[in-house]
Amino acid sequence: MKHPMTRRLIQALLAAILSAGVPANAQKEAPEIRFDSAPNALQLPAGVYLGEVGGVATNSRGDIFVYTRTGHPTVTTGTARPFAHGGSRLFQFDHNGKFVGEIGKDSYGFMFAAQVRVDPKDSIWVVDQMTNMVIKFDPQGRVALLLGRKAESVPVPARQAAGNGAGQPTDLFDRPTDVAWDAAGNIFVADGLGNARVAKFDKEGKFVKSWGKKGSAPGEFANVRSIAVDAQGNVYAADGGNKRIQVFDNDGNFKTAFTNVGNAQALCMTKGPNQFVYVSNSNPPDDIDHDGEIYRMRLDGTMTGKFGRAGKLLKEFGTVNAIDCRDENTLYVGEIGNLRVQKLALH
Amino acid sequence: MKRILTLSVILAALAAVPSFAQRKASIENVPNIPYSSAPNLLKLPPGEYLGESVAVATNSKGHIFVYHRSANTRLFEFDQAGNFVKEIGSGYYGFEFAHSVRVDKDDNIWTVDEGTNMITKFGPDGKVLMVLGRRPPAVLGVQAAPAGPNQPSQKYIFCRPTDVGWDPQGNIFISDGYCNNRVVKYDKNGRFLAQAGSEKAGSALGEFNLPHGLQVDGQGNVWVADRSNFRYQVLDNNLKPMREITNLGVGWTVCISAGPHQYAFMSNSNPNGNMPGSWDITGEIYKAELDGTVIGKFGHAGKLAPGFQVVHMMDCRNPNEIVVGEIESWRVQKLILRPAAAEAGAAR
Repeated sequence: MKHPMTRRLIQALLAAILSAGVPANAQKEAPEIRFDSAPNALQLPAGVYLGEVGGVATNSRGDIFVYTRTGHPTVTTGTARPFAHGGSRLFQFDHNGKFVGEIGKDSYGFMFAAQVRVDPKDSIWVVDQMTNMVIKFDPQGRVALLLGRKAESVPVPARQAAGNGAGQPTDLFDRPTDVAWDAAGNIFVADGLGNARVAKFDKEGKFVKSWGKKGSAPGEFANVRSIAVDAQGNVYAADGGNKRIQVFDNDGNFKTAFTNVGNAQALCMTKGPNQFVYVSNSNPPDDIDHDGEIYRMRLDGTMTGKFGRAGKLLKEFGTVNAIDCRDENTLYVGEIGNLRVQKLALH
Repeated sequence: MKRILTLSVILAALAAVPSFAQRKASIENVPNIPYSSAPNLLKLPPGEYLGESVAVATNSKGHIFVYHRSANTRLFEFDQAGNFVKEIGSGYYGFEFAHSVRVDKDDNIWTVDEGTNMITKFGPDGKVLMVLGRRPPAVLGVQAAPAGPNQPSQKYIFCRPTDVGWDPQGNIFISDGYCNNRVVKYDKNGRFLAQAGSEKAGSALGEFNLPHGLQVDGQGNVWVADRSNFRYQVLDNNLKPMREITNLGVGWTVCISAGPHQYAFMSNSNPNGNMPGSWDITGEIYKAELDGTVIGKFGHAGKLAPGFQVVHMMDCRNPNEIVVGEIESWRVQKLILRPAAAEAGAAR
C-alpha cells in the first residue's frame, strides 16, 4: 500500500523531471482507457478466412475494408524466370460487419498485404509490400491510379537483404507500408522497410520529392512503418525501429519527434477539429509477453491515454499493423499475429 | 574439383531424402488383437480426392476430420458413417503442408501445419479461434535451406511442428518438431509456460530427436513419440521426464484413448522408403496400459487394406475403433478391434 504522501512526492519528482526536459517514459503515465472488443466484429462466409491483417479501413458509410495475407504467392517453375502471383485479398464488409464482397480479385498487384486506407472521397488505397505498388481503387472498385511497379520476376532463392535503405529518390518503392493524403490531395507514401523514406506525389500521381534515409538522426529512419497527415498538412511518420514518431512539415522539413511511443507500427489520425493520433507499440510477432498497447496522444505529443496489451484473447493484440479511427471512439484494429480485426469501443 | 563437387551434391541429396530409419520391435510374445478394417470408410464427393492422409481425428459425435496433403493441404469433415460433410479452412493462410489434426474436449479442431509452422484452433463451426506460431513472411522470398546451425528456439515460433495435445486443465502442448527438438507448454490462452528439449537433438531423457507425435493422458502426463531416438518418452505435466519406452521399434505416433480406463496406442510404422524385408519387421501398432505394460498388437505393413502403408496418425477416442491415416496409401482406415478374443486366445 502506497502512502498518499509518497505518491505526491513521486508525482512532484516526475513533474520536475519532465519540466527539466529529460526524456520521460510517458508510457507509464498515460491513463488507462477502458474499452471493449465486440465479439464477431466481422462475419466471414464459409470458405473465407482472414490471414495476417495488413490493413483495415472504413469509408464514409462505415463499410469496412480489410487487406489481408491469405496465403503465400505461388511461384511458377520451369520457366526462364520464376514468376510469382497471388497471396493477398481485399475484402469488403458493411458497417455491421457483414461480408459484402471482394475487390481486386486476382489483381497483379496483390501479394503481401501492407495496408489499406480510404481517402476523403471514399477511394480505397491498397499498399502491397511485395509487389511494391500502391493501388487506388475508386469507390466502385475500379483501378483509378497506380504508383510503383511490380518486379517482373522474383529471385529464387531470395537474395540477402533486399533494399539498401538508401532512400532512393525515385517513384519506385521497396517494401512500402502505408499511404496518406493532405487536404490538397497530395499523396504521401511510407517507403518503408526496404527504403527508409517518405515519398511525396501530387494528387495526380506525379512524383514530387522524397526525404529520409536509413539512420537514427532527425529526418532519418530505421524504417517507416506507418504515416498520417494532419489538417495542417504536417506529416507524421512512424519510425518503429527508432522507437519514435517523426513529424515533418508538408515539404519534409523535420519539425519534432515523439520518443515515448515504443515500437510505433500503426498510426491513425482522427478527423475532428481537435485531432489526435493513435499509435500502436506493437509487439513483435515472436513475443506476446511484452508491449502491444495502443496510445492516444495530442498532436504536440502529449499522451492522453493507453489501452490493451499483447496476447491472443479479445482486448489483447497480436502485432497490430493497422488502426482505423474515423470515429475516434470506435476503432478497428488489424492484427498480424491473431489473423483478425477487432472492433473496439473506447469508454 | 568437379568430382568433389559431384560428391558433395550426392551427399547433400542423400541428407535430404526421407529417413529409411526402421527398427524391429524388441518386445516379444505380445498377443495379437484380432481386427477388421471397415471397407470404403470415407465417401468422397465426385472430383474430390485425398492426398497423403497424414492426420485424422474424431469429435464427440464421431465425425471424422482428415487433414491431408492434396494439391493444396486441406481439411475435410466426414460424419460418423463416412459421408462427406464439409471442408474447413479452404484457402486458409495456415495451411500449406499438413501434419496433424486433433479435436479437443470441446470439439474444437486443431491443425498442426509443418509448412506454415502454424497451429490453428478452429471452433466446431470452422471459425478460427486462435493461432500459435507464425508463418515465415512471403515478402522475404523463397528461402534457401539454412546453411548454418539451428537458431535458438523461440517461445512463440515453431520449426516444422508436428503435433498438439491438451491436459485436463486446457493447457496446450506442442511437439516441435523436425528442426527444433522440443516439447512446449502453453496455457489455454496461448501464453508460454515451459519447454523440454531445445533446438538441438539429443538422446538423454528429456531430450528429443524428432518429436513426431504427442498426446496427454488424463493425469496430465505428456506422451511423446521420439521418432529418431526409437522411443517414446513420458513427461510429467511440467515436462520433467518420467520414463521412456524403448522396445516398440521406431516411435512414429501415439494416441491415448478417452474414458476412465485409458490406453496408449503406439505405431511402429513402416518407413517411407522400404528395403526388402522391412514389411516383415515393421508396421504394427501396440496397445498398452498407461503404466507402459503392452497388452496387445495388431496390423501389419502393406499397400492393400487392411495393411498399412506408413501409419502417420491414429485416432483412438474409442479404444476398440482405431482410425488410422496413412501417408503413402492416401487412405484412412477404421479398424474394429476385438480385444476380448485376444485375451481368450492368450489364456489358452
